[in-house]
Amino acid sequence: MDISSGALIKSHCVGTIAVVYASDYLNKLTGEKIERECRRQLDSGCRALVIDFADTQLVNSIGISILLGIIDIAEKNGAKVIFADVNNQTVELFQMLGLTRHVALAKNEQEALSDLTHPDATPTIH
Amino acid sequence: MAPSTQKLVHTFGALADLGQEVANTGDFSEMVRTSMHLLLGTLALRRGAVVECQGERTLSCVAVWGLEETLLTKFEIPEAEELEILEAAAPALLVGNNDSGFLRRYESLLSGHGIELLVPMIVQGKLNGFVFLGGKASGEEFSSEDFETIKAMVRHIGVGIHTHRLIEQVAQRAEENRRLYEELRAIYRATVKAFAAAIDIKDKYTQGHSERVGRYSEIVARELGWGEDEVEGIQIAGYLHDVGKLVVDRNIINAPYQIDAKQSSELNRHPLAGYEILLPINHPYADIPLMAKYHHERLDGRGYPDGLMDEQIPLGAKIVSLADSFDAMTTDRPYRRRRSFEDVVRDLRQNSGTQFDGKVVVAFARAILKEVIGETKERRIIKMLGKGYLDGDQVPTLLKDLIADLENTPRGAVAG
Repeated sequence: MDISSGALIKSHCVGTIAVVYASDYLNKLTGEKIERECRRQLDSGCRALVIDFADTQLVNSIGISILLGIIDIAEKNGAKVIFADVNNQTVELFQMLGLTRHVALAKNEQEALSDLTHPDATPTIH
Repeated sequence: MAPSTQKLVHTFGALADLGQEVANTGDFSEMVRTSMHLLLGTLALRRGAVVECQGERTLSCVAVWGLEETLLTKFEIPEAEELEILEAAAPALLVGNNDSGFLRRYESLLSGHGIELLVPMIVQGKLNGFVFLGGKASGEEFSSEDFETIKAMVRHIGVGIHTHRLIEQVAQRAEENRRLYEELRAIYRATVKAFAAAIDIKDKYTQGHSERVGRYSEIVARELGWGEDEVEGIQIAGYLHDVGKLVVDRNIINAPYQIDAKQSSELNRHPLAGYEILLPINHPYADIPLMAKYHHERLDGRGYPDGLMDEQIPLGAKIVSLADSFDAMTTDRPYRRRRSFEDVVRDLRQNSGTQFDGKVVVAFARAILKEVIGETKERRIIKMLGKGYLDGDQVPTLLKDLIADLENTPRGAVAG
């Protein structure tokens, strides 16, 4: 497992699945870094993205817009996206705004990887 | 948290961020892009663009998200279609459900790329552009609350763009004015130099005197640490210090002998005449008439026209006075050859504190010394004095001794 680190964004790959770690506050600065990292992973051949929100306390409007952009890019690349370890408040926000219509949520990274590595299983939405 | 409360918190947070963003006077494109992101993220819209009216009846895309940029480069909007939008005053035009001429023309293009709403950006009664918006990620239709949010945020964005453009225009005009002002100053300087040459032509023995006095004065002022504007000003004062000679009889100016008392009195009118000539002119630099008027005043009160004492004489006039005397001593005159540099230094030492201000003499000596010992690449004084004049081995010592003597003597007065 290879772990690389940008200024704030960590990521690693499990096969063709990229796991990207969101920071504590998903705003313009950090959102754009996550977007760049996701693009980089997709360009280098990843077929699925797991964005891990374990450290994320808050997502603002720009963060939402950037996540929608990542979903768009992934769809265009034929890649799946799973958001993992999202706190309750952010889950409510994602549900209210309709993001959960386009991505699956997983309790944690392991569950996300499991969902993606067993393609017949339906991704979990909590 | 109840969903409605959470939505309000999310929207208020976005509005607060947007307020900060549009007030940011930095990068225009970044401001528009971030503002659009805030709007899209508030309602979770998957695509959008901001198009701005640029030039005559043309709309250009200034920010885009989730759309192909090439699609949204240019839109035409005839005056009638603009008026139609302004008169309808609708907060948003629904693609596929609006009779606007503009929308009809671009409907298939826009709907083909998932655009559902066109929101006019109207600022001060003028159409500044549109925000194009795609559908909500939730798949729901836009609610009346959504329209209110969109209206408020697009108004912010419109005002932000308008303000940025105004600031750009102001900066552009300021730059134009600065350039025009520079051109005017250059014309003024060229005119003054031409005028100085005209003054010197009247005196066939001192051609180039006014220009040299201007340059020496500038060098001394710079050595004294004056600002760029003041340095330019004193250079001009140097060029014009003898303008009053234009009213003095040419035969007196060009007399190849020592003039008598009556002729001397006539010649001594020139500082006051110069002041009167220069006073009505609106110079871009301060005190030029006064520097011409007082360039023959002395610290001991024995100068003319007013017999002022040390502190009463403006520093600029003291500088021009030294530059004038230095040039007189270092150039040939009809009745004598120029003096040796050693003799000139002796004169400066003897007359510091009575005729010349010691601080000014020290500054001039320092400037000459810097050129002589190669501390500066400039060779302006050496060039003006001509080849060989400052070549003697004793020159640096003469200057260093003069500086030391004047710095150690109160008011610069040194016994000969």
